Formats: sequence, C-alpha cells, structure tokens
Amino acid sequence: MPWTMMNNEETYRIGIDVGGTNTDAALLDSKLDTIHTVKVHTTRDVNEGIVESIRRLLAESGVNPARVQYAMLGTTHCTNAIVERKHLGKVGLIRIGAPATTSVPPLADWDDTLKAAVGPHAYVARGGYEYDGRTIVELDEAEIKDYLARMKGEVEAVAVCGVFSPVNASQEKRVAELAKEILGEGMPVTLSHEIGSIGILERENASLLNGALLNVIAGVVRGFEQALQSFGIDAGVYICQNDGTLMRSEYALRYPILTIACGPTNSIRGAAHLSGLNNALVVDIGGTTTDIGVLAQGFPRQSSAAVEIGGVRTNFRMPDILSIGIGGGTIVRAGGEGETVTVGPDSVGYELLKRGRIFGGDTLTATDVAVKLGRYEWDGARTEGLDASVCRQADEIITRDIEDAIDRMKTSAEDVDVILVGGGSILVPDKLQGVARIVRPDHYDAANAIGAALGEVSGETERIYSLDEMTYEEAMADAKNHAVEQAVLAGADRATVQIVLSEDIPLAYMPGNALLVKVKAAGRL
Amino acid sequence: MANNNTDQNKLTALDEQAVQYIAVGAAVLGTGGGGDPHIGKLMALETIRKYGPVRLVRPEELEDDSLVVPLSMIGAPTVMNEKIPSIEQMTQPLDLIEKELGRKVSAVMPIEVGGGNSLVPVIAAAERGIPILDADAMGRAFPESQMVTFYLDGIDCSPITMADERGNGVLMHAIDGVWEERMARALTIQMGGSASICDYPVSGAQVKKSAVPHTLTLAYEIGKTLFESKEQKQNPIEALLKQLHGYALFNGKAVDIRRRTEGGFTRGEAVFEGTDAEKGRTMRLYFQNEFLLATEDGRSLAVTPDLISLLDQDTGMPITTENLKYGARVTAVGFPCDPRWRTPKGLETVGPKYFGYDIPYVPIEELAAGKGGNL
Repeated sequence: MPWTMMNNEETYRIGIDVGGTNTDAALLDSKLDTIHTVKVHTTRDVNEGIVESIRRLLAESGVNPARVQYAMLGTTHCTNAIVERKHLGKVGLIRIGAPATTSVPPLADWDDTLKAAVGPHAYVARGGYEYDGRTIVELDEAEIKDYLARMKGEVEAVAVCGVFSPVNASQEKRVAELAKEILGEGMPVTLSHEIGSIGILERENASLLNGALLNVIAGVVRGFEQALQSFGIDAGVYICQNDGTLMRSEYALRYPILTIACGPTNSIRGAAHLSGLNNALVVDIGGTTTDIGVLAQGFPRQSSAAVEIGGVRTNFRMPDILSIGIGGGTIVRAGGEGETVTVGPDSVGYELLKRGRIFGGDTLTATDVAVKLGRYEWDGARTEGLDASVCRQADEIITRDIEDAIDRMKTSAEDVDVILVGGGSILVPDKLQGVARIVRPDHYDAANAIGAALGEVSGETERIYSLDEMTYEEAMADAKNHAVEQAVLAGADRATVQIVLSEDIPLAYMPGNALLVKVKAAGRL
Repeated sequence: MANNNTDQNKLTALDEQAVQYIAVGAAVLGTGGGGDPHIGKLMALETIRKYGPVRLVRPEELEDDSLVVPLSMIGAPTVMNEKIPSIEQMTQPLDLIEKELGRKVSAVMPIEVGGGNSLVPVIAAAERGIPILDADAMGRAFPESQMVTFYLDGIDCSPITMADERGNGVLMHAIDGVWEERMARALTIQMGGSASICDYPVSGAQVKKSAVPHTLTLAYEIGKTLFESKEQKQNPIEALLKQLHGYALFNGKAVDIRRRTEGGFTRGEAVFEGTDAEKGRTMRLYFQNEFLLATEDGRSLAVTPDLISLLDQDTGMPITTENLKYGARVTAVGFPCDPRWRTPKGLETVGPKYFGYDIPYVPIEELAAGKGGNL
C-alpha cells in the first residue's frame, strides 16, 4: 500500500469477543467505523483462537499494527472456569457476621464439586453492621488472626464479606489489612463491598468466585498482552465488564468476576451501534442458541432476577436475556416419512461445517434448512438430497419459536424493530409477526466483537455526606462530579461522559443525617 | 436423597426434598408476597443436614392442653437477606415464652404458610427436638400481625416474645393484635430491621378450633405437583387448580407494571393483555406486597381475602410482585380462602376495604359463576 494513501493520523482499535463456539474480532477506526471483521473457532486453548483472530485481522486488513491504539477483550474464560470447575484457585473466606448469620453458613448452596474446587477455609467471625451503619459488634482481631493463620500456605486468595458492608466497609477494610499482615503483602484480597450490593449470600458467593478466578484472569490478560506484543501492537489493553463498560487490564486482574456474561451485553451494544437504533429488540442467533435482549435508550435492559452462575446465586446486574435453543447448528429431526418434524434443542455447535448436510455431513441442521429454502447462498452447498417438505415444516417451527420469543420480550402490544445479528441470523425470513422492521446491519455476524471495541470506560465514587452541612442536591452533584473525574482519569473523553448508575442510601442512625451515595460514570475512550 | 415419607398419603417429617417442595408451594400460597422463601429454605436445609428430618405433627394429634407457639420473622425481607438470623435467635423467643408461662412448648408452627415465614420454625423445632405443626394461622400470606385466624377468634396474642441476634430478648403484653403490630414494628426497627417473634401462644384445643389445618402438607403437595410436572414436561396448572379447588382467571402477558413504596409496602398495579384464545381481554391486578384484587372491564375476578397467584404459563412456577416483569406470560389463578376470612370480622381485618379498595367482597366461587362483582 503506497504511503500516501495511508492516513497519517488514523488510529485503530481491536475488539475481540470469545464465545463458546466462535472467537470474533473486529477492527474499528477512530470514527468507530468497522474496517474488517473475522471469525475463528474458539480453541481448547482459548488463547490460540485469540492469536489467530488478531493475525487474520491484521493480515486481511493490511493495517499497520503500530497504529492500533486500543485493544478490548470480552471473554467467556471465567464463566467456563466456574461451570467446568477448572483452573479455580483455593480461596479463604472470612464472613464478618456472627452473632448474626449463623443459621446459614458460607457455601450453603454450593454443590460439592464447586466447594472442593474452592477449598475448605471458610470462617464466620464476629462483626457486622446494621442497615443504617450502626455497629452490631466490633471485630475480634485475635479471632480473625487465628482464622487467617489457619489459611497459611493453603489459599491463593482471601475473600472478606461483612454484614451490611455496602453501607459501612470499615470492618472489611480492617480484615484486609490483617490478611496482608499475616499472609503477606502479595496475598490478593477481595472485599465484598467492591463486588456487589445488599444480599449477603449472593455477595459472598460472588466474592469467593472472584478470588477463585484470579489465576484464570491472570492467564487471560497475560495471553492477550503477549499476543498483542507478538504482532507489534502497543495498545492500551481493556477487558469488558457485564455492564458494557471496560476495565483496564490491571483492574481486571483484581475483579475477574465482573467479566462474567459480558457477551450478550457486547452483542446488544454492537447491534445498537451498527444499526443506529436506540430502541429495539436485539436477536442474536449463534450456533446453539438465540439470545434476545432489549435495547432501551441505547443500553441493554437489566434483569431483575437473581443470576445463577454455575449453580450459585449471585446478585449481578445482568442484561435481561431470553435464550431459546435455536441456532445455526440446531439439529432437525424428521419422524417416519417426514410426518413429525422436531427442531433441537441440541446442536452440532462448532462442528456445523463438518456435520451439516450441505457441507457433506450426515446431520440435518437449521442452516441446511435455511440454505435449502434460499435464505442464503453458500458456494458448493449440497441441497439436492434435502426433503423440501421437511425443511418447510422445520422452518415453520423455527420461525414460530423465534416470533414467540420476540413477543415475550416485547413491552407493549405494538410492533417493534428487531436488529438481527449473529452468524445464525440467516435462519430468519424477511418478515416476522409482531415486528415492524427487521434490520440486518453490515457486519451483523461480528456485532459482539464490535460491541467489545465500543466499550466505554467508567469511574466510580462512593462517599458518605452529611446532609446537615449541605443539601441533598449538593451532595449528589458532588458525587457525580467526582465519578466523572474518575472516568476522565481512567481515559474517558470528558465530552462523552454520562452518569450510568446513581444510588443513595440514607443512614438514619448515623450522626449528622448521613447519606451514602454511589455513582458510576462512563464515557468513550 | 433419602425419602423419609414412605407413607404416600401422609407427610410425617420434613426432609430435604420436602423442604424444597414446601418452599415452592409457600411461594404460590404467598400470593405474590410474603417474602422470598430462599433464606428460610437454606436455614431449614442446613438444619436437616445437621439433625436429620424434622417431625411433622397434625393438629388432631395434639393433646388439648399442649402448648403450641408460632415462630416467625418480622421486619424487612431485604434486611433478613443481608443480616441472616443467628441460630440462638430462633430459640430464644421460645425460652422466654416458657419462662413466662412456666411450661414447656410441645410444638412450633408457622404463623403464615405463604412466603418466607413458612419454613422459619424448622430450625427451632430441630434445635429443641420438638415437632413442627402442620397448620398456620392464615392459610396464605398477609402483611400485618393481627391478620391471623387467632385474632378473629379473640385469642390473646400475649405474651409476645422477640429476639435479635445480639441476645436482646423482649417480653411484651399487648391488649390486641393491632397494638402488638405497632409495638413489635417499633422494636424491630431498633433491633436492626429484622427480628424473630413468637406471638399467639395457643393450646392444642385452640389450634384445633382456630388454626388453618394441614397447610404445610398443602404447600408440600403444591410444590410436588409443580416439580413433578416439570420433570414430566407437563403443564402443571390444571393439576394445581384441581388440588386447590381454584379457578383460572386469566391467561396473558404483563404489558404495564407500576410499583411504588409506601409505608414500607410495595403497592401498585399491573395490566395484562390476553394471549392465544383470550386475545382481546385485559386484566388489572392490584397489589400491596400481596396480590389483592383482579379486575376485568369493571368487574372483579377475585378479591382479597381469596388467594390470587400468578404462575408462569410454561413452568407453573409462582411469580412475586417484585419479580413480575414486562412481557411475562402468566396464568392468574384464584383460590378460595379459609372460610373464617369470609366472616364479618374476617372481612373487616383483611377484606378489600381494609386495603383501601372501595368495593364489595364477593367469594370467588360466585364470581367464577358470573354472579356479582360489578364495580
């Protein structure tokens, strides 16, 4: 490429989304236009897929690696580690709860395999606060030191979770100091108030899982940074969180649990960007499932239900997603003489290109049906042997199931716009019941990677204000300013920073009419 | 999992399986409120793992002069989800009652079978080695202390005992259930927003006359039906309606939900549009922690104190006022309440007017037959 054609000023960003089946990567320019996307299989060793996707992205686009300024990674590593109970580290837990909370001990709702993976060191120590910040009982430091001493040499991280620590974190912070004193400065300590909100068991579970994932995330970040370096990319490295914002890699190393389930969020944000719509349903059809989310005012609608990860209840805010078992690899079965046709819920997954009928395989899949019906043209597809009647029946079932799922996620009886993304979106016909417009944006099959690249950086603040000295409005304004400054400090463009979360808890029994304020602000890089 | 209920017709002990079933059944009987049974369930499961199954005793098996004590948690469910009770806190109110009355407690019972309080007495029963009674004093869930069948029959709510997790214990004499509610609420705030409480200590004879019998078994049966239907991939709602002598009120999806917090209660209304065969219908559901009133086109479909529950159309699993989401596909079902709630005093205590709905109460059986209910 001649030098003159290359815009001297142009810089790029890479977004990568590692899913269960595919690893998607996207290259965006500084105006956030998509330059190129690639899709590779997610490999056993997940890092190989990441390296391959970057290699192809650079080779196929011809972009100079030195011009890549930012690199973002959204990954399913941590979710997989929990679900498969693999690579988890041993964690010591100190719950600051007694005399309260003793009727439900830590890990009560964990199954034995997960308990075994995380280890036996869980203790309930004296301490805790009331909902208004009053102390229930003081810490017994000798007791805590004893518990920490028992963990010596047997844990790779410590998690601390105190009753009402989101209201008053002092005791948790003190236990962290003691943990460093006894187990060494290098011992990672997860404090529950930094991880979750009210609901002690869910917050405790999330803190324990966070501690157990530290090794996993360290491998991910190291692998990603090494991959980038090996291609001569010297970029700011960011990891995607499940709320659609990014964390710097050094922050991710401390809070891996925040990466859980960032995939659907990335898809919804990518779909919003590609389509230019702010209010729509996003239907993401992959190899195994169809995930439907709601885009409301440009952000994913959050779920109100408790979220389970690997069978453990946590209290994360997750996008409200409805998943149904229909994807490009979903298996279609025909009964005797094509009479009863059934669809899924099982899928050939990443083996589609080997097992699908049109690719010469022996399994009839939803993709075969779509190609047979002319929804999509695939060079060299072998459609001759496919039974047209079976395909039509399967198509009716697939369309009806997707329409039904769309209807479930709608918030009113009016027709809605649907943004179709994901490799499997070729399954869907051009008209659906209850849908005003079907939008199939360019790069629809890499919306997740594009969403990863778009992520915003955030800043947070959490402070107690005395309303005897200022008004409620002044307190909120001060907290918001502080959060905005934190976001700017983290690299956000001031002009784009918005408040994305704001909550206040009155601390009725604290002196001086106290108000605890938490604010999160986010903006573009 | 060992099955300790080998007698197919009779639940005689609560094992882990029974607790799982009761937690779900209690959520159905909780009519959208009553608090999440999750913590109560974990407390009960932990207890059974430690002590083995807890014996269940039927009202008719009680000696007339035995002492039975309801045990429950009072306060904000949000607080209890953070500041989980201590083990001691669950037995201390019993100790205080025994000391005051100078006799031993023969059995504990849930004050309400709906929602979170249904399983709270399990831990005290196991710790003390006494049975839990297969009965409650509501047959559902209600938000205030005087809303019990014992109150309707004029049974003294005192002595009342309460405990927090620090070891603070309270002995209280209230002139009636309304005063108990006022004073206990005030103490609960000082105790940090959640406390254990024993009220309405009753004799075996009083239980036989005034309690709502066999409600833990009922919750168990409901849960069993829902779980088994799920395993067999069958629609559980029909089976459930038969079991509870209930009525399917409406099939539809939530299209509008409005909630507001007033005086510690979640109040609001939800609008549903009919689906499939019921397209064109619109149901309004009014709630104050519990679902209290269902209407359609200026006519009642079901009115408190009859039970109104929302079930997921596919799984039959109960949906609470807090978890109800836009787009949820539901079947609204109604069940007749215990007949004592339909007496003048019952309706004065928990009828529509008490909750601020200026409409007459018409039993669900009559509404279902198309009689009355015009607003």
